[in-house]
Amino acid sequence: MTTTATSRPEPGRPSVAVWKFASCDGCQLSLLDCEDELLALAGRVRFAHFPEMSRTSTGGPYDLSLVEGSVTTPADAARILEIRRLSRRVVTIGACATAGGIQGLRNFAAAGEYAAAVYARPEYLSTLDTSTPISDHIEVDGELHGCPVDRGQLLEVITAHLAGRRPVLSGSSVCQECKARGTVCLLVARGTACLGPVTRAGCGALCPSLDRACFGCFGPSDAPNVAALADRLVGDGHGRGELGRLLRTFNAGAGPFAAGSTALLGPDPEMGSPDHG
Amino acid sequence: MDTPTTAVIDRQGLDELLAELVSRGYRTLGPVVADGAVVTREVTSCVDLPAGWHDEQGPGRYRLHHHDGNGRLFAWAVGPTSPKALFFPPKEVVWRAAAGENGPVPVEVEGDDRAVALVGIRPCEVAALRILDGVLSGGAVTDPGYRARREAAVVVVAECGEPAGTCFCGSMGTGPGCEAGFDLALTEIGRGARWRVVVRSGSALGAELLAGITVEPITGTDEEARHKVLASARARMGRRLEVEGLAAALEAAQEDPGWAAVADRCLSCGNCTLVCPTCFCSDVEDVSDLSGGLERRRRWASCFDLDHSYLHGGAVRPTVQSRYRQWLTHKLSSWWEQFGTSGCVGCGRCITWCPVGIDLTEEATALAAGRRTVP
Ligand code: SF4
Ligand code: SF4
Ligand code: SF4
Ligand code: SF4
Ligand code: SF4
Repeated sequence: MTTTATSRPEPGRPSVAVWKFASCDGCQLSLLDCEDELLALAGRVRFAHFPEMSRTSTGGPYDLSLVEGSVTTPADAARILEIRRLSRRVVTIGACATAGGIQGLRNFAAAGEYAAAVYARPEYLSTLDTSTPISDHIEVDGELHGCPVDRGQLLEVITAHLAGRRPVLSGSSVCQECKARGTVCLLVARGTACLGPVTRAGCGALCPSLDRACFGCFGPSDAPNVAALADRLVGDGHGRGELGRLLRTFNAGAGPFAAGSTALLGPDPEMGSPDHG
Repeated sequence: MDTPTTAVIDRQGLDELLAELVSRGYRTLGPVVADGAVVTREVTSCVDLPAGWHDEQGPGRYRLHHHDGNGRLFAWAVGPTSPKALFFPPKEVVWRAAAGENGPVPVEVEGDDRAVALVGIRPCEVAALRILDGVLSGGAVTDPGYRARREAAVVVVAECGEPAGTCFCGSMGTGPGCEAGFDLALTEIGRGARWRVVVRSGSALGAELLAGITVEPITGTDEEARHKVLASARARMGRRLEVEGLAAALEAAQEDPGWAAVADRCLSCGNCTLVCPTCFCSDVEDVSDLSGGLERRRRWASCFDLDHSYLHGGAVRPTVQSRYRQWLTHKLSSWWEQFGTSGCVGCGRCITWCPVGIDLTEEATALAAGRRTVP
């Protein structure tokens, strides 16, 4: 690990910094959403930089940096190196930071295509051709998945950091949480295209419990077999285009999902474009 | 007073039985149609039960159909939930401590400690509970929570008249009839206006319950009807598995290329192990909270998890092939060595609820082919 922070953590309350890259702020908001625990949390850590919460920002070094968002501009590619240098631990939070997010769709399209479609004067933009996870740029100490992240997992990561223990996080499938919850499987009992079997646990199988198939917002599990799931769903009559686009949502750029969607959609960038309803 | 051990009841008798269990304070659980499947929920009368419902099960597929007017309450096979979850819950806090001045102070973990009455579980599930008892209570180790919940429970089994396309209890010797392990056993005979249930008691409590409800004496015709229902069910098992020589054959098949072929299709999702009524693997997790409280939790785990076989430095079963092999050989082969029984009761859940429909009977048969030694 490249620990570049030089000073030791300040005695007393450890400092936490929350950083934003290309993202919607939803993951940071999950932290503010911890209403019941927020006071206890504020008693244990010092938020040295958390613009969503306070305008006051103190300089580094930081004990723990939580990084939201993906790298999409040359400026951000430089900024993340500086954050790493100032932080003892870096934990990335959310689908953007861990897999490139929805904006990772640009990785499948010709450079500049989206910008030209959306902006009147795209030449004013200074962006990279890709949206990449933070771990493509720096060494990270931990990753929290999800769009947005699960509040409980976020608290667990901070609490574990404070206690000096490993956070309890699972790499198994959403299906296991679905079964533990006693939800009737939507795929087996109804033929719905559910990504639960290849998606990382963590949300508690939220969507299936609300009668909605999993769309993979936690990204690939530890050992996903996307091709075999796709085979079954295609056999059930689901379209290759439908399934490919399902994989190209919040974690389009995550390795196994990207390979799976490309196998389903082919290399034609048109089919992966965001114009599906 | 002479209490009959076998009798016949109608809906009134069954309603009285349910009401009696509820009034004795049992958390009375029975089959209910919810979310497109027969699942286990609290019930208070026959109105809650799946009248006229029938299931269609195949590899990776489950659908319910309704047949109006036949009035049968038990014309379906096992659904996705099994009694395992009631005695060995998916998540359980096993120890808790609050922050104290001189360190953590243990506090009691409270839960729903009402005894459970299970109405309408199937013979394969009774067999599965017997197997789980051997693993979690009375064997090498005893789980006190499991044991207490099991000992307090009332079991009212419903023998099977309509096995599903994925059932093979007939091959495993665990169904469709049931001879032990229950307080009361029910068998549906007839339909429509002639619908009746044969009731047999299998314990002192069962006999006591039977004595308290409206029954008719059983006739020879009723006995015969019960045997016909079971014989017909036995003849209509959706699947079969030849168990003769299977355990040794699978042990000899460790290096078969067939494991790689099934691994290509397997999602490693773990659904099979969690729906299996005998799988007992769990993880224990220690967590702390912001106030200094501590908790030790146990949750279901699966040998399909990569980290389930994690030792220092890496997973012992890093490939899907090795994990699928662990699952199948544990159920059908090494369980014998470990616990002296099969780990599989032929309920078919792992076949139905596998998202890609991998069929344990088909895989085991293919892997054992040519390796069975006939004594
Ligand atoms: S509904 Fe989805 S997440 Fe739940 S068990 Fe089925 S496939 Fe898995
Ligand atoms: S079920 Fe799937 S899509 Fe829904 S929150 Fe969980 S991981 Fe995200
Ligand atoms: S291995 Fe499959 S068929 Fe056998 S008891 Fe378990 S879930 Fe049922
Ligand atoms: S088959 Fe796997 S999950 Fe089931 S008891 Fe054996 S090792 Fe555990
Ligand atoms: S056999 Fe089926 S249910 Fe079991 S892990 Fe493989 S894909 Fe999942």
